[in-house]
Amino acid sequence: MDKLYARDIYGKVLIELGKKDPDLVVVDSDLSGSTRTARFGKEFPERFFNFGVAEQNMMATAAGLARCGKVVFASTFAMFATARAFDQVRNTISYSNLDVKIVATHGGITVGEDGASHQAIEDINLFRAIPNMKIIIPADAPEAKEAILAAYKTKGPFYIRLGRSKVPSLEKRKKFSLGKGYLLRKGEDVAIISCGIMVKASLDAAEILKEQGISASVANIHTIKPPDKDLIIELAKTHKKIVVCEEHQTIGGLYSTVAEILINEYPLEVEKIGIENRFGQSGSPNELLKYYGLTADNIAKKTKKFLQK
Amino acid sequence: MKKRIKRIKSKANFMRRAIIEMLAEAGSGHPGGSLSAADIIACLYFDIMRHNPKDPEWNKRDRFHLSKGHCCPALYAALGLSGYFPPAEFKNLRKVGALLQGHPDRRTPGVEVASGSLGQGLSVALGMALAGRLDKKDYRVYCLTGDGEIQEGNIWEAAMAAAHFKVDNLCAIVDFNGFQIDGRTEEIMNLEPLVNKWESFGWHVIQCDGHNIEELLYAFGQAQSIKMKPTVIIARTVKGKGVSFMEHVVDFHGRAPVEKEKEIALDELRDIERDERNL
Repeated sequence: MDKLYARDIYGKVLIELGKKDPDLVVVDSDLSGSTRTARFGKEFPERFFNFGVAEQNMMATAAGLARCGKVVFASTFAMFATARAFDQVRNTISYSNLDVKIVATHGGITVGEDGASHQAIEDINLFRAIPNMKIIIPADAPEAKEAILAAYKTKGPFYIRLGRSKVPSLEKRKKFSLGKGYLLRKGEDVAIISCGIMVKASLDAAEILKEQGISASVANIHTIKPPDKDLIIELAKTHKKIVVCEEHQTIGGLYSTVAEILINEYPLEVEKIGIENRFGQSGSPNELLKYYGLTADNIAKKTKKFLQK
Repeated sequence: MKKRIKRIKSKANFMRRAIIEMLAEAGSGHPGGSLSAADIIACLYFDIMRHNPKDPEWNKRDRFHLSKGHCCPALYAALGLSGYFPPAEFKNLRKVGALLQGHPDRRTPGVEVASGSLGQGLSVALGMALAGRLDKKDYRVYCLTGDGEIQEGNIWEAAMAAAHFKVDNLCAIVDFNGFQIDGRTEEIMNLEPLVNKWESFGWHVIQCDGHNIEELLYAFGQAQSIKMKPTVIIARTVKGKGVSFMEHVVDFHGRAPVEKEKEIALDELRDIERDERNL
């Protein structure tokens, strides 16, 4: 199975787009090596602006560029894009509905050794509440590419969260369609709804559950906002229970999104697998996933227990 | 020159009366800083800036961004008087569904980008200036900030970046009226030495009396000639300028005039208008 850095793909897509579109501008704040925007900067130095360690200025300046007809890709780590620059994104970019595509890398706990200060696990919660903002968490690098192209083609602000680590590419993937999730595996007993790297973990969990006689569906809800309401309701109607997995706090992310839809449309029991009101910490990505229960084994274990309840 | 100044003064006086009327009607808002900014904005909209009220998106237009968004009554007055929308809209300021929101919103023709959360506007203006340079367009970008506002760190991030990128189509104006909502700037959070601050950030600094039209026009003219660096005009102003009981009174930072105050204010402004016309 292919394992790729989604941020590598991002760097390449930017150059492809930059060749075609002279109005594409890229901004970064001293993390261009990590976010891979530096490659665009080398290719198109006049259309690349590095603002130094100043994310607030980067975001508000991106808004000004976008207001004058530029499509702006703004990158930094997810922590700084969402938390540090929240006001600029909310009041200046999104309120004025400007074409700023925030592609943040190093989202989630898998940042690893840098520890809690660099692990954005409430970024979705923060941005989900902003009108006009669209949010995508791609499950793998090819999906990241398609998501970036969709954001480029669609008016208005976007937040795309990429990880730091290499991610395995899904074998059976559907072409990305904004706001449309899809089933990767069809089961009967329980539907596991996931996003980002948890999609692969959920597929592996479904395999484990199969051996234990439990038939699980697995859905990829890559677009957190606007969410695929129809698919989520359909999954609720066709399964006994729902499990939601995310590399994020269980407050305000995918679990909340699913629960908010179902509480009104089709109430049923929903189990959450994510980070439970805690900060992250240092460690290797895999150790941390294990520590916080974000592994296929734990998803299978929790799902089984939940079904027996 | 005399005729030019007289014309701008008359527009500024109209703006001040509109500010008082719309704030009294709204029952809330920020007269102090709107009145202190009126002459600066009048110079821009009625003399300095290249713009077309019939075509707010005209791509060659000079851009104006009101970073101190709470003083939008002054901007609305200039936009309404220019013809971006009918002045009849003034009376709906701050009402549900109104074209004129409590702080600038893109629904208002002539407003480039929303503002209100302080400290972000200089960055927005920098972005517009960079876009103009990329597009090889000769438009200029003007950004009006408050003085209390520049206590925000984002302003200095933008100041550093504008100088770094050698942006010379950007002109910031600090409406230096010496007051912020909690009191005098020197007591709340001292800004001095302000000229040194901007200079050390790499800006060309021009100081002027923000109510002297001739000085303002000269400052804007000089700003256009400065190359390879941005310019800031530090305009010394009087909070509440033009209405005797509002001048230097911090209470009127964020309180609208009541009916009786409105009448007195309008009388005073009419007197000023008459005196100036007869000069």
